[in-house]
Amino acid sequence: MSVIYVDNAATTPVSGEVLAAMTPYFTEVYGNPSSIFYSVGEAAREALDAARERTAKALNAEPGEIFFTSCGTEADNWAVKGTARRMAARGKKHLITSAIEHHAILHAMEALEKEGFEVTYLPVDAEGFVNPADVEAAIRPDTALVSVMMANNEIGTIEPVAEIAEICRRKGVLCHTDAVQAVGAIPVDVKALGVDMLSLSAHKFNGPKGVGALYIRRGVNPVVFMDGGAQERGRRAGTENLAGIVGLSVALERAVNGLDEKAKKLAAMRDAVLDHIAAMPKVKINGPLDRAKRLPNNVNASFEAAEGESLLLMLDMKGICASSGSACASGSLDPSHVLLAIGLPHEIAHCSLRISFGVQNTMDDARGVHGAGRDRAESARAQPALE
Amino acid sequence: MYSEKVMDHFANPRNVGEIENADGIGEVGNPKCGDIMRMSLRIRGGVIEDVKFRTFGCGAAIATSSIATEMIKGKRIEEALQLTNKAVVEALDGLPPVKVHCSVLAEQAVKAAISDYYRRQGIDPEPIVGKLEEDCHACGLE
Repeated sequence: MSVIYVDNAATTPVSGEVLAAMTPYFTEVYGNPSSIFYSVGEAAREALDAARERTAKALNAEPGEIFFTSCGTEADNWAVKGTARRMAARGKKHLITSAIEHHAILHAMEALEKEGFEVTYLPVDAEGFVNPADVEAAIRPDTALVSVMMANNEIGTIEPVAEIAEICRRKGVLCHTDAVQAVGAIPVDVKALGVDMLSLSAHKFNGPKGVGALYIRRGVNPVVFMDGGAQERGRRAGTENLAGIVGLSVALERAVNGLDEKAKKLAAMRDAVLDHIAAMPKVKINGPLDRAKRLPNNVNASFEAAEGESLLLMLDMKGICASSGSACASGSLDPSHVLLAIGLPHEIAHCSLRISFGVQNTMDDARGVHGAGRDRAESARAQPALE
Repeated sequence: MYSEKVMDHFANPRNVGEIENADGIGEVGNPKCGDIMRMSLRIRGGVIEDVKFRTFGCGAAIATSSIATEMIKGKRIEEALQLTNKAVVEALDGLPPVKVHCSVLAEQAVKAAISDYYRRQGIDPEPIVGKLEEDCHACGLE
Protein backbone atom coordinates (compact mmCIF):
# COMPACT_ATOMS: atom_id res chain seq x y z
CA MET A 1 0.00 0.00 0.00
CA SER A 2 1.36 3.38 -0.95
CA VAL A 3 1.39 6.14 1.60
CA ILE A 4 -0.21 9.51 0.89
CA TYR A 5 1.26 11.94 3.39
CA VAL A 6 -1.01 14.96 3.72
CA ASP A 7 -0.08 16.23 7.17
CA ASN A 8 2.44 18.82 6.03
CA ALA A 9 1.28 21.35 8.61
CA ALA A 10 2.68 18.92 11.19
CA THR A 11 5.98 18.45 9.42
CA THR A 12 7.43 17.94 5.94
CA PRO A 13 10.04 15.60 4.49
CA VAL A 14 13.53 17.04 4.03
CA SER A 15 14.08 17.53 0.32
CA GLY A 16 16.98 15.72 -1.33
CA GLU A 17 18.55 18.99 -2.29
CA VAL A 18 18.44 20.25 1.28
CA LEU A 19 19.84 17.02 2.66
CA ALA A 20 22.71 17.17 0.15
CA ALA A 21 23.47 20.74 1.17
CA MET A 22 23.54 19.74 4.86
CA THR A 23 25.58 16.56 4.68
CA PRO A 24 29.10 18.06 4.43
CA TYR A 25 28.53 19.90 7.69
CA PHE A 26 28.29 16.67 9.64
CA THR A 27 31.46 15.04 8.42
CA GLU A 28 33.69 17.42 6.47
CA VAL A 29 33.09 20.95 7.68
CA TYR A 30 32.61 19.87 11.27
CA GLY A 31 34.50 22.77 12.86
CA ASN A 32 33.02 24.97 15.52
CA PRO A 33 32.06 28.28 13.87
CA SER A 34 33.53 30.05 16.91
CA SER A 35 36.95 28.43 16.36
CA ILE A 36 38.06 30.57 13.48
CA PHE A 37 41.84 30.25 13.81
CA TYR A 38 42.04 27.14 11.69
CA SER A 39 40.60 26.21 8.36
CA VAL A 40 37.85 23.79 9.46
CA GLY A 41 36.48 26.34 11.90
CA GLU A 42 36.78 29.15 9.45
CA ALA A 43 34.93 27.22 6.79
CA ALA A 44 32.18 26.57 9.31
CA ARG A 45 32.00 30.27 10.14
CA GLU A 46 31.75 31.12 6.46
CA ALA A 47 28.96 28.62 5.98
CA LEU A 48 27.11 30.07 8.96
CA ASP A 49 27.44 33.61 7.62
CA ALA A 50 26.28 32.50 4.18
CA ALA A 51 23.27 30.71 5.69
CA ARG A 52 22.36 33.83 7.64
CA GLU A 53 22.57 35.96 4.50
CA ARG A 54 20.50 33.49 2.53
CA THR A 55 17.87 33.43 5.28
CA ALA A 56 17.79 37.21 5.60
CA LYS A 57 17.43 37.68 1.87
CA ALA A 58 14.47 35.30 1.68
CA LEU A 59 12.65 37.35 4.32
CA ASN A 60 13.81 40.78 3.13
CA ALA A 61 15.69 41.27 6.42
CA GLU A 62 19.29 42.22 7.23
CA PRO A 63 21.62 39.35 8.14
CA GLY A 64 22.16 40.96 11.56
CA GLU A 65 18.45 40.61 12.24
CA ILE A 66 18.38 36.80 11.93
CA PHE A 67 18.92 34.66 15.02
CA PHE A 68 18.96 30.89 14.72
CA THR A 69 17.19 28.85 17.39
CA SER A 70 16.53 25.19 18.08
CA CYS A 71 12.93 25.33 16.79
CA GLY A 72 9.92 27.54 16.17
CA THR A 73 8.77 27.04 19.75
CA GLU A 74 12.05 28.44 21.07
CA ALA A 75 11.75 31.46 18.76
CA ASP A 76 8.20 32.07 20.03
CA ASN A 77 9.22 31.68 23.67
CA TRP A 78 12.17 34.02 23.22
CA ALA A 79 10.10 36.70 21.49
CA VAL A 80 7.26 36.58 24.00
CA LYS A 81 9.08 36.02 27.30
CA GLY A 82 12.16 38.01 26.31
CA THR A 83 10.07 41.04 25.32
CA ALA A 84 7.79 40.75 28.35
CA ARG A 85 10.74 40.68 30.72
CA ARG A 86 12.47 43.55 28.93
CA MET A 87 9.39 45.74 29.02
CA ALA A 88 8.44 44.79 32.60
CA ALA A 89 11.41 46.85 33.75
CA ARG A 90 9.61 49.84 32.22
CA GLY A 91 6.40 49.00 34.02
CA LYS A 92 4.77 47.42 30.97
CA LYS A 93 3.26 44.14 32.04
CA HIS A 94 0.36 43.65 29.63
CA LEU A 95 0.44 41.38 26.58
CA ILE A 96 -2.04 40.84 23.77
CA THR A 97 -2.45 37.71 21.71
CA SER A 98 -5.21 35.75 19.99
CA ALA A 99 -7.23 32.81 21.25
CA ILE A 100 -6.10 30.61 18.35
CA GLU A 101 -2.32 30.84 18.67
CA HIS A 102 -0.14 27.75 18.68
CA HIS A 103 0.60 26.39 22.16
CA ALA A 104 4.15 27.72 21.84
CA ILE A 105 2.64 31.19 22.22
CA LEU A 106 -0.36 30.38 24.43
CA HIS A 107 1.58 28.39 26.98
CA ALA A 108 4.37 30.99 27.05
CA MET A 109 1.68 33.59 27.77
CA GLU A 110 0.20 31.42 30.51
CA ALA A 111 3.64 31.04 32.07
CA LEU A 112 3.98 34.83 32.09
CA GLU A 113 0.56 35.17 33.73
CA LYS A 114 1.89 33.08 36.61
CA GLU A 115 4.75 35.57 36.88
CA GLY A 116 2.31 38.46 37.27
CA PHE A 117 1.83 39.59 33.67
CA GLU A 118 -1.65 40.28 32.38
CA VAL A 119 -2.66 38.79 29.03
CA THR A 120 -5.57 39.71 26.74
CA TYR A 121 -6.63 36.81 24.52
CA LEU A 122 -8.46 38.34 21.57
CA PRO A 123 -11.44 36.39 20.26
CA VAL A 124 -11.68 35.46 16.59
CA ASP A 125 -14.67 35.35 14.28
CA ALA A 126 -16.27 32.17 12.93
CA GLU A 127 -13.57 31.87 10.24
CA GLY A 128 -10.72 32.48 12.67
CA PHE A 129 -9.93 36.11 11.88
CA VAL A 130 -8.63 38.54 14.47
CA ASN A 131 -10.21 41.95 14.04
CA PRO A 132 -7.48 44.64 13.94
CA ALA A 133 -9.91 47.05 15.63
CA ASP A 134 -9.98 44.64 18.60
CA VAL A 135 -6.19 44.84 18.78
CA GLU A 136 -6.32 48.62 18.82
CA ALA A 137 -9.01 48.65 21.50
CA ALA A 138 -7.06 46.21 23.68
CA ILE A 139 -3.82 48.24 23.65
CA ARG A 140 -3.21 50.04 26.96
CA PRO A 141 -0.45 52.36 28.14
CA ASP A 142 1.20 49.36 29.84
CA THR A 143 0.99 47.01 26.83
CA ALA A 144 4.39 45.50 26.10
CA LEU A 145 3.71 43.27 23.12
CA VAL A 146 1.13 42.15 20.61
CA SER A 147 1.66 38.66 19.19
CA VAL A 148 -0.74 37.42 16.50
CA MET A 149 0.09 34.50 14.25
CA MET A 150 0.50 35.04 10.54
CA ALA A 151 -1.48 31.95 9.59
CA ASN A 152 -3.30 29.39 11.69
CA ASN A 153 -1.93 25.86 11.71
CA GLU A 154 -5.30 24.13 12.00
CA ILE A 155 -7.78 26.05 9.90
CA GLY A 156 -5.44 28.00 7.63
CA THR A 157 -6.73 31.49 8.41
CA ILE A 158 -4.29 34.17 7.18
CA GLU A 159 -4.40 36.93 9.77
CA PRO A 160 -4.20 40.66 8.90
CA VAL A 161 -0.75 40.96 10.46
CA ALA A 162 0.40 43.97 8.40
CA GLU A 163 -2.63 45.92 9.60
CA ILE A 164 -2.05 44.82 13.18
CA ALA A 165 1.64 45.78 12.97
CA GLU A 166 0.68 49.20 11.64
CA ILE A 167 -1.58 49.76 14.65
CA CYS A 168 1.20 48.64 16.98
CA ARG A 169 3.69 51.01 15.34
CA ARG A 170 1.27 53.90 15.69
CA LYS A 171 0.67 53.04 19.35
CA GLY A 172 4.33 52.41 20.14
CA VAL A 173 3.82 48.75 21.02
CA LEU A 174 6.10 45.93 19.87
CA CYS A 175 4.62 43.39 17.48
CA HIS A 176 5.57 39.74 17.00
CA THR A 177 4.13 37.19 14.62
CA ASP A 178 4.42 33.42 14.65
CA ALA A 179 4.92 32.77 10.93
CA VAL A 180 5.73 29.08 11.31
CA GLN A 181 2.87 27.98 9.01
CA ALA A 182 3.13 30.95 6.66
CA VAL A 183 6.77 30.78 5.59
CA GLY A 184 7.05 28.78 2.40
CA ALA A 185 3.28 28.90 1.80
CA ILE A 186 2.59 32.62 1.34
CA PRO A 187 4.92 35.61 0.80
CA VAL A 188 6.64 36.67 4.03
CA ASP A 189 8.47 40.01 3.81
CA VAL A 190 9.33 41.39 7.23
CA LYS A 191 9.60 44.97 5.96
CA ALA A 192 6.27 44.86 4.16
CA LEU A 193 4.67 43.29 7.23
CA GLY A 194 6.23 45.87 9.52
CA VAL A 195 6.59 43.45 12.45
CA ASP A 196 9.35 43.73 15.06
CA MET A 197 9.82 39.99 15.44
CA LEU A 198 8.88 36.92 13.42
CA SER A 199 9.31 33.21 14.18
CA LEU A 200 9.84 30.42 11.69
CA SER A 201 10.68 26.73 11.72
CA ALA A 202 12.67 24.84 9.08
CA HIS A 203 10.81 21.54 9.16
CA LYS A 204 7.59 23.15 7.95
CA PHE A 205 9.13 23.96 4.55
CA ASN A 206 11.10 20.79 3.72
CA GLY A 207 14.01 21.67 5.97
CA PRO A 208 15.27 19.64 8.93
CA LYS A 209 13.70 19.39 12.39
CA GLY A 210 15.54 20.95 15.32
CA VAL A 211 16.19 24.37 13.83
CA GLY A 212 14.23 27.58 13.64
CA ALA A 213 14.88 31.30 13.53
CA LEU A 214 13.70 34.50 15.08
CA TYR A 215 13.83 37.69 13.05
CA ILE A 216 14.45 40.58 15.42
CA ARG A 217 14.28 44.02 13.86
CA ARG A 218 17.37 46.12 14.50
CA GLY A 219 16.90 48.10 17.71
CA VAL A 220 14.57 45.56 19.32
CA ASN A 221 16.13 43.66 22.18
CA PRO A 222 14.28 40.85 23.93
CA VAL A 223 16.06 39.60 27.06
CA VAL A 224 18.51 36.79 26.31
CA PHE A 225 16.78 33.47 26.63
CA MET A 226 19.71 31.07 26.51
CA ASP A 227 22.74 32.12 28.56
CA GLY A 228 26.22 30.91 27.69
CA GLY A 229 28.75 31.70 25.00
CA ALA A 230 28.84 34.58 22.56
CA GLN A 231 27.07 32.82 19.68
CA GLU A 232 24.45 34.75 17.68
CA ARG A 233 26.10 38.04 18.62
CA GLY A 234 25.82 37.20 22.30
CA ARG A 235 22.06 36.92 22.18
CA ARG A 236 21.47 33.21 21.83
CA ALA A 237 24.16 31.02 23.32
CA GLY A 238 24.99 27.47 22.31
CA THR A 239 27.17 25.99 19.60
CA GLU A 240 25.34 26.50 16.34
CA ASN A 241 23.55 23.56 14.75
CA LEU A 242 25.43 24.30 11.56
CA ALA A 243 24.12 21.50 9.37
CA GLY A 244 20.59 22.36 10.50
CA ILE A 245 21.11 26.07 9.91
CA VAL A 246 22.47 25.42 6.42
CA GLY A 247 19.47 23.15 5.83
CA LEU A 248 17.07 25.85 7.02
CA SER A 249 18.60 28.48 4.77
CA VAL A 250 18.66 26.30 1.67
CA ALA A 251 15.13 25.02 2.26
CA LEU A 252 13.90 28.57 2.80
CA GLU A 253 15.57 29.80 -0.37
CA ARG A 254 14.00 26.96 -2.35
CA ALA A 255 10.61 27.57 -0.73
CA VAL A 256 10.63 31.26 -1.52
CA ASN A 257 11.89 30.92 -5.10
CA GLY A 258 8.92 30.41 -7.37
CA LEU A 259 6.53 30.62 -4.43
CA ASP A 260 3.68 31.82 -6.65
CA GLU A 261 3.84 28.69 -8.76
CA LYS A 262 4.10 26.42 -5.74
CA ALA A 263 1.20 28.14 -4.02
CA LYS A 264 -0.88 27.65 -7.17
CA LYS A 265 -0.09 23.95 -7.20
CA LEU A 266 -0.94 23.61 -3.52
CA ALA A 267 -4.14 25.61 -3.93
CA ALA A 268 -5.25 23.40 -6.82
CA MET A 269 -4.97 20.30 -4.59
CA ARG A 270 -6.61 22.08 -1.68
CA ASP A 271 -9.48 23.31 -3.84
CA ALA A 272 -10.07 19.89 -5.37
CA VAL A 273 -10.55 18.45 -1.88
CA LEU A 274 -12.48 21.44 -0.53
CA ASP A 275 -14.89 21.40 -3.48
CA HIS A 276 -15.40 17.70 -3.05
CA ILE A 277 -16.00 17.91 0.70
CA ALA A 278 -18.27 20.94 0.40
CA ALA A 279 -20.62 18.87 -1.77
CA MET A 280 -20.90 16.11 0.85
CA PRO A 281 -23.86 16.01 3.25
CA LYS A 282 -23.41 16.75 6.98
CA VAL A 283 -20.09 18.49 6.53
CA LYS A 284 -18.87 21.83 7.79
CA ILE A 285 -15.76 23.46 6.31
CA ASN A 286 -13.71 25.03 9.09
CA GLY A 287 -11.70 28.18 8.39
CA PRO A 288 -12.04 30.91 5.75
CA LEU A 289 -14.40 30.31 2.85
CA ASP A 290 -12.60 33.04 0.90
CA ARG A 291 -9.76 30.92 -0.37
CA ALA A 292 -7.48 33.92 -0.92
CA LYS A 293 -7.45 34.31 2.86
CA ARG A 294 -6.75 30.66 3.53
CA LEU A 295 -3.33 28.94 3.47
CA PRO A 296 -2.99 27.38 0.00
CA ASN A 297 -2.28 23.95 1.50
CA ASN A 298 -4.96 23.76 4.21
CA VAL A 299 -8.20 21.79 4.29
CA ASN A 300 -10.16 21.47 7.53
CA ALA A 301 -13.68 20.14 7.87
CA SER A 302 -15.96 18.48 10.40
CA PHE A 303 -17.83 15.35 9.38
CA GLU A 304 -20.89 15.23 11.59
CA ALA A 305 -21.09 12.03 13.65
CA ALA A 306 -17.72 10.75 12.41
CA GLU A 307 -15.32 11.16 15.31
CA GLY A 308 -11.94 12.55 14.25
CA GLU A 309 -9.63 9.89 15.59
CA SER A 310 -11.77 7.16 14.07
CA LEU A 311 -11.55 8.97 10.74
CA LEU A 312 -7.76 9.17 11.05
CA LEU A 313 -7.47 5.45 11.80
CA MET A 314 -9.70 4.59 8.85
CA LEU A 315 -7.69 6.86 6.55
CA ASP A 316 -4.48 5.28 7.86
CA MET A 317 -5.82 1.89 6.78
CA LYS A 318 -5.88 3.40 3.28
CA GLY A 319 -2.35 4.74 3.68
CA ILE A 320 -3.47 8.32 4.17
CA CYS A 321 -1.73 10.34 6.89
CA ALA A 322 -3.82 13.30 8.11
CA SER A 323 -4.66 15.07 11.35
CA SER A 324 -7.65 15.88 13.55
CA GLY A 325 -8.62 18.40 16.20
CA SER A 326 -10.61 15.86 18.20
CA ALA A 327 -9.68 15.40 21.83
CA CYS A 328 -8.88 11.76 21.25
CA ALA A 329 -6.51 12.55 18.43
CA SER A 330 -4.75 15.25 20.41
CA GLY A 331 -4.12 12.95 23.35
CA SER A 332 -5.93 15.36 25.65
CA LEU A 333 -9.57 15.33 26.64
CA ASP A 334 -10.61 18.62 25.10
CA PRO A 335 -10.97 19.17 21.38
CA SER A 336 -8.80 21.78 19.70
CA HIS A 337 -8.85 25.24 21.27
CA VAL A 338 -8.88 26.69 17.76
CA LEU A 339 -12.08 24.89 16.78
CA LEU A 340 -13.74 25.90 20.04
CA ALA A 341 -12.59 29.52 19.54
CA ILE A 342 -14.32 29.72 16.14
CA GLY A 343 -17.50 28.68 17.92
CA LEU A 344 -17.81 25.00 17.06
CA PRO A 345 -19.72 22.97 19.64
CA HIS A 346 -17.61 20.25 21.27
CA GLU A 347 -19.42 17.49 19.40
CA ILE A 348 -18.59 19.05 16.01
CA ALA A 349 -15.03 19.91 17.01
CA HIS A 350 -14.46 16.23 17.83
CA CYS A 351 -15.32 15.38 14.22
CA SER A 352 -12.71 17.49 12.49
CA LEU A 353 -10.19 16.39 9.92
CA ARG A 354 -7.23 18.44 8.71
CA ILE A 355 -5.49 17.75 5.43
CA SER A 356 -2.41 19.81 4.61
CA PHE A 357 -0.65 19.40 1.29
CA GLY A 358 3.06 19.82 0.63
CA VAL A 359 5.16 20.48 -2.44
CA GLN A 360 5.87 16.75 -2.77
CA ASN A 361 2.15 15.94 -3.15
CA THR A 362 0.47 15.53 -6.53
CA MET A 363 -3.04 15.91 -7.88
CA ASP A 364 -3.30 12.10 -7.69
CA ASP A 365 -2.79 12.38 -3.95
CA ALA A 366 -5.62 14.92 -3.77
CA ARG A 367 -7.87 12.56 -5.71
CA GLY A 368 -6.84 9.66 -3.49
CA VAL A 369 -7.68 11.72 -0.43
CA HIS A 370 -11.14 12.75 -1.44
CA GLY A 371 -12.08 9.33 -2.71
CA ALA A 372 -10.98 7.66 0.52
CA GLY A 373 -12.27 10.56 2.60
CA ARG A 374 -15.78 10.09 1.27
CA ASP A 375 -15.77 6.32 1.76
CA ARG A 376 -14.32 6.60 5.21
CA ALA A 377 -16.55 9.38 6.44
CA GLU A 378 -19.50 7.31 5.29
CA SER A 379 -18.33 4.17 7.02
CA ALA A 380 -17.28 6.01 10.17
CA ARG A 381 -20.85 7.20 10.35
CA ALA A 382 -22.52 4.06 9.17
CA GLN A 383 -20.71 1.49 11.27
CA PRO A 384 -20.74 1.92 14.98
CA ALA A 385 -21.48 5.61 15.16
CA LEU A 386 -24.59 6.85 16.86
CA GLU A 387 -26.94 8.73 14.63
CA MET B 1 -0.39 3.48 18.85
CA TYR B 2 -2.94 0.66 19.26
CA SER B 3 -2.52 -3.10 19.60
CA GLU B 4 -3.56 -5.36 16.73
CA LYS B 5 -6.49 -6.51 18.82
CA VAL B 6 -7.75 -2.94 19.21
CA MET B 7 -7.36 -2.30 15.49
CA ASP B 8 -9.18 -5.53 14.69
CA HIS B 9 -12.16 -4.57 16.85
CA PHE B 10 -12.07 -1.03 15.47
CA ALA B 11 -12.00 -2.16 11.84
CA ASN B 12 -14.43 -5.06 12.33
CA PRO B 13 -16.57 -4.17 15.31
CA ARG B 14 -18.65 -7.08 16.64
CA ASN B 15 -22.32 -6.85 17.53
CA VAL B 16 -22.94 -3.44 16.06
CA GLY B 17 -26.48 -2.15 16.06
CA GLU B 18 -29.52 -1.96 18.24
CA ILE B 19 -31.73 -4.76 19.52
CA GLU B 20 -35.37 -4.23 18.73
CA ASN B 21 -37.61 -4.36 21.79
CA ALA B 22 -34.54 -4.64 23.97
CA ASP B 23 -34.91 -5.66 27.60
CA GLY B 24 -32.35 -3.12 28.76
CA ILE B 25 -30.61 -0.16 27.19
CA GLY B 26 -27.67 1.75 28.64
CA GLU B 27 -26.21 4.94 27.29
CA VAL B 28 -23.09 6.47 28.79
CA GLY B 29 -20.69 9.22 27.86
CA ASN B 30 -21.39 12.61 26.43
CA PRO B 31 -21.02 14.06 22.95
CA LYS B 32 -19.05 16.96 24.44
CA CYS B 33 -16.41 14.49 25.60
CA GLY B 34 -16.35 12.92 22.16
CA ASP B 35 -17.49 9.49 23.35
CA ILE B 36 -21.00 8.06 23.61
CA MET B 37 -21.83 4.38 23.91
CA ARG B 38 -25.27 2.82 23.70
CA MET B 39 -25.67 -0.83 24.56
CA SER B 40 -28.87 -2.85 24.25
CA LEU B 41 -29.52 -6.29 25.75
CA ARG B 42 -31.91 -9.18 25.19
CA ILE B 43 -32.19 -11.13 28.43
CA ARG B 44 -33.93 -14.49 28.81
CA GLY B 45 -33.91 -16.46 32.03
CA GLY B 46 -31.18 -14.29 33.51
CA VAL B 47 -28.91 -14.87 30.52
CA ILE B 48 -27.74 -12.18 28.10
CA GLU B 49 -28.88 -13.84 24.90
CA ASP B 50 -27.94 -10.97 22.67
CA VAL B 51 -26.18 -7.65 22.93
CA LYS B 52 -25.58 -4.87 20.44
CA PHE B 53 -23.83 -1.53 20.63
CA ARG B 54 -23.41 1.77 18.88
CA THR B 55 -20.54 4.05 19.77
CA PHE B 56 -19.59 7.52 18.67
CA GLY B 57 -15.99 7.93 19.61
CA CYS B 58 -12.34 7.21 19.00
CA GLY B 59 -10.76 3.92 18.03
CA ALA B 60 -10.43 2.84 21.65
CA ALA B 61 -14.05 3.68 22.44
CA ILE B 62 -15.26 1.52 19.54
CA ALA B 63 -12.87 -1.33 20.35
CA THR B 64 -13.69 -1.41 24.08
CA SER B 65 -17.42 -1.47 23.47
CA SER B 66 -17.04 -4.10 20.76
CA ILE B 67 -15.00 -6.47 22.91
CA ALA B 68 -17.21 -5.83 25.94
CA THR B 69 -20.20 -7.14 23.97
CA GLU B 70 -18.25 -10.31 23.15
CA MET B 71 -17.28 -10.73 26.78
CA ILE B 72 -20.85 -10.62 28.09
CA LYS B 73 -22.77 -12.33 25.31
CA GLY B 74 -24.23 -15.64 26.50
CA LYS B 75 -23.25 -14.91 30.09
CA ARG B 76 -25.55 -14.78 33.10
CA ILE B 77 -26.26 -11.28 34.38
CA GLU B 78 -24.27 -11.90 37.55
CA GLU B 79 -21.25 -12.88 35.44
CA ALA B 80 -21.64 -9.84 33.17
CA LEU B 81 -21.66 -7.61 36.22
CA GLN B 82 -18.20 -8.94 37.09
CA LEU B 83 -16.81 -7.38 33.91
CA THR B 84 -14.20 -4.80 34.86
CA ASN B 85 -12.54 -2.16 32.76
CA LYS B 86 -9.24 -3.84 33.60
CA ALA B 87 -10.44 -7.08 32.02
CA VAL B 88 -11.50 -5.12 28.93
CA VAL B 89 -8.04 -3.55 28.67
CA GLU B 90 -6.36 -6.93 29.09
CA ALA B 91 -8.59 -8.56 26.49
CA LEU B 92 -7.50 -5.86 24.03
CA ASP B 93 -3.80 -6.49 24.80
CA GLY B 94 -3.56 -3.09 26.46
CA LEU B 95 -4.57 0.50 25.75
CA PRO B 96 -2.52 3.71 25.76
CA PRO B 97 -2.85 5.41 29.19
CA VAL B 98 -4.93 8.31 27.83
CA LYS B 99 -7.44 5.79 26.48
CA VAL B 100 -8.05 3.81 29.65
CA HIS B 101 -11.14 5.92 30.36
CA CYS B 102 -12.72 4.35 27.26
CA SER B 103 -12.57 0.97 28.97
CA VAL B 104 -14.28 2.48 32.00
CA LEU B 105 -16.99 3.72 29.68
CA ALA B 106 -17.46 0.20 28.27
CA GLU B 107 -17.85 -1.26 31.77
CA GLN B 108 -20.31 1.52 32.62
CA ALA B 109 -22.30 0.89 29.43
CA VAL B 110 -22.81 -2.76 30.39
CA LYS B 111 -23.83 -1.82 33.92
CA ALA B 112 -26.15 0.93 32.71
CA ALA B 113 -27.92 -1.51 30.37
CA ILE B 114 -28.32 -4.11 33.14
CA SER B 115 -29.58 -1.42 35.53
CA ASP B 116 -32.16 -0.43 32.95
CA TYR B 117 -33.21 -4.08 32.69
CA TYR B 118 -33.73 -4.32 36.46
CA ARG B 119 -35.63 -1.04 36.52
CA ARG B 120 -37.98 -2.37 33.86
CA GLN B 121 -38.56 -5.39 36.10
CA GLY B 122 -39.49 -3.05 38.92
CA ILE B 123 -36.29 -3.87 40.80
CA ASP B 124 -34.05 -1.15 42.23
CA PRO B 125 -30.72 -1.85 40.49
CA GLU B 126 -28.51 0.05 42.86
CA PRO B 127 -28.03 -2.65 45.53
CA ILE B 128 -27.16 -5.15 42.76
CA VAL B 129 -25.25 -3.11 40.18
CA GLY B 130 -23.90 -0.37 42.40
CA LYS B 131 -23.89 3.34 41.78
CA LEU B 132 -23.21 4.34 38.19
CA GLU B 133 -21.00 7.20 37.21
CA GLU B 134 -23.20 9.19 34.89
CA ASP B 135 -20.47 10.85 32.87
CA CYS B 136 -16.82 10.22 32.38
CA HIS B 137 -15.02 11.93 35.19
CA ALA B 138 -11.81 12.35 33.37
CA CYS B 139 -12.81 15.19 31.16
CA GLY B 140 -14.32 17.47 33.79
CA LEU B 141 -16.77 18.97 31.30
CA GLU B 142 -20.26 19.99 32.29
